Amino acid sequence: MIVVSNVSHRIGRAPILTDISLTLEKGGVTALIGPNGAGKSTLLSLIARLTPLQAGTITVDGLAVATTPGRTLARRLAVLPQDSAIDARLTVTELVGFGRFPHGAGRLTDADRAIVAASLQRFDLGDLAGRFIDTLSGGQRQRALVAMAHAQATDYLLLDEPLNNLDMQHARALMRTLRELADTERRTVLVVLHDINHAMAHADRVVALKDGRIAADGPPAAVAVPDVLERIFGYAMRVVDVDGDPVVLHHR
Amino acid sequence: MTSAALVSPRLYGVFAASVLALFAASLVVGAGSGTAALLLPSRLPRSLAALLAGAGLAIAGLVMQTIARNRFVEPSTVGATQSAGLGILAAAVFMPEAPIVLKMAAATLTALAGTALFLGLARRLPPTQPLLLPLFGIVYSSVVGAALTFLAWQADLLQFVEIWMNGEFSGVVRGRYELLFAAALMVALAWWAADRLTVAALGPAVATGLGLDLAATRRLGVVIVAVVSALTVVVVGALPFVGLVVPAMVSRLVGDNLRASLPLVALGGAGLVLAADIAGRLVRYPYEIPVGTILGVVGALVFLWLLWRGQHG
Repeated sequence: MIVVSNVSHRIGRAPILTDISLTLEKGGVTALIGPNGAGKSTLLSLIARLTPLQAGTITVDGLAVATTPGRTLARRLAVLPQDSAIDARLTVTELVGFGRFPHGAGRLTDADRAIVAASLQRFDLGDLAGRFIDTLSGGQRQRALVAMAHAQATDYLLLDEPLNNLDMQHARALMRTLRELADTERRTVLVVLHDINHAMAHADRVVALKDGRIAADGPPAAVAVPDVLERIFGYAMRVVDVDGDPVVLHHR
Repeated sequence: MTSAALVSPRLYGVFAASVLALFAASLVVGAGSGTAALLLPSRLPRSLAALLAGAGLAIAGLVMQTIARNRFVEPSTVGATQSAGLGILAAAVFMPEAPIVLKMAAATLTALAGTALFLGLARRLPPTQPLLLPLFGIVYSSVVGAALTFLAWQADLLQFVEIWMNGEFSGVVRGRYELLFAAALMVALAWWAADRLTVAALGPAVATGLGLDLAATRRLGVVIVAVVSALTVVVVGALPFVGLVVPAMVSRLVGDNLRASLPLVALGGAGLVLAADIAGRLVRYPYEIPVGTILGVVGALVFLWLLWRGQHG
């Protein structure tokens, strides 16, 4: 369980998050949505201790992220940061292998190698395994980074805009994989998304931020309501029913 | 981690065999006959010094590039070499009778401070401009080097600075070069920390996510860079470009996973310095050209080529 209590955050004098409290039970996919600058990435970075906490507390399975050793947390929580520009020349297999870094001291064991192979396969990277990541397209590199986070084999998986750079086919495949990880491996997924229809289709719970506060929180059906969406994003959009699922016509 | 299996063992063999051949050549090439009287007190220490200094400097360059996440820096362009010079100058002024180990310690301390200050200042540079860091480094190194020259001039020790800042091996004899074995220790330290250093190169966000103590890893890297810089300045004098060109070329060959590339970088550095020293003995036979001069010319050309490739490759 991840518990965020009374977290506020400023960058310079600008308030980014104001008094956020949020509890994420174990299991399931939670989508974090909201307009640019709402504080989604900041909140995710704070939970993943990529940004130092200024006010409030965050615990992961009871461990305070501010004081728990990084390695201990890295065995429970993996994170895909936004725009992780990696210019080191590593092969895809090497990169995904570093997902095992928190678990071992040095060389990969056979068990580690099996996990790496499974991650490569799960994210459709078999053909690219031997390629250097600086020769990949943006979307391929993104998949390699997600596979690395997956190979970390943690209960909690945090992803900051993982659909960046992905084409429709791979975006859909990634969201379905996240869904599957939650359903079959009991992983807890927290994902920042811009495509609201992906959030509606694959998440169990949608948390919307606006101006650093929680603007909506609930199952997709409760958030996919024109009034709620207009309050979050600032413009009116139609929601239509397609075979029982809500589809947001946000682009019209 | 996994790539040791991907890099062909033959590549390691080729590198090791080349270094052995150069080492053997270094024992017999040069003015004077290859008698045992020359071999033991002079040629053997000289060749070992070239081997150790080369391997150490190449690793120091690799480590510096890894923690700075920039391919275009090395000990002499981050102020480490010049700061080490400040330390040995201070030692020469304030404790001229001190044993070489103490002078070495003084040089290490100032090299640590100089490198840490560089990294502290460099953090303010925008990461989107990779060429800004080496440019800033060259300016920073020049400022520290100018301070060194000024202080040495004040203390009437200018000619020593010339010796420290331009490496050469003809003065290396038994009883003085043995300190360089500490460079081998630094190579071993880098090997021990290879995975952590590689993770640090993935950037702060990914490294933190993987649970790396980034600050501690950076500190370890700075220690390796400072100790190697101080060692080479004290024992043989500065050797430019080794730490720049060897890691860059090995990276093109096998990538940046230190577990796989580090042995090749160490061997490559040893081979380059041995070869440059042998060339220095032959170009104006029977006179010698300092190895630092040879490396300056060769290294600068290779560096320019790498820069050009970086822009057009």
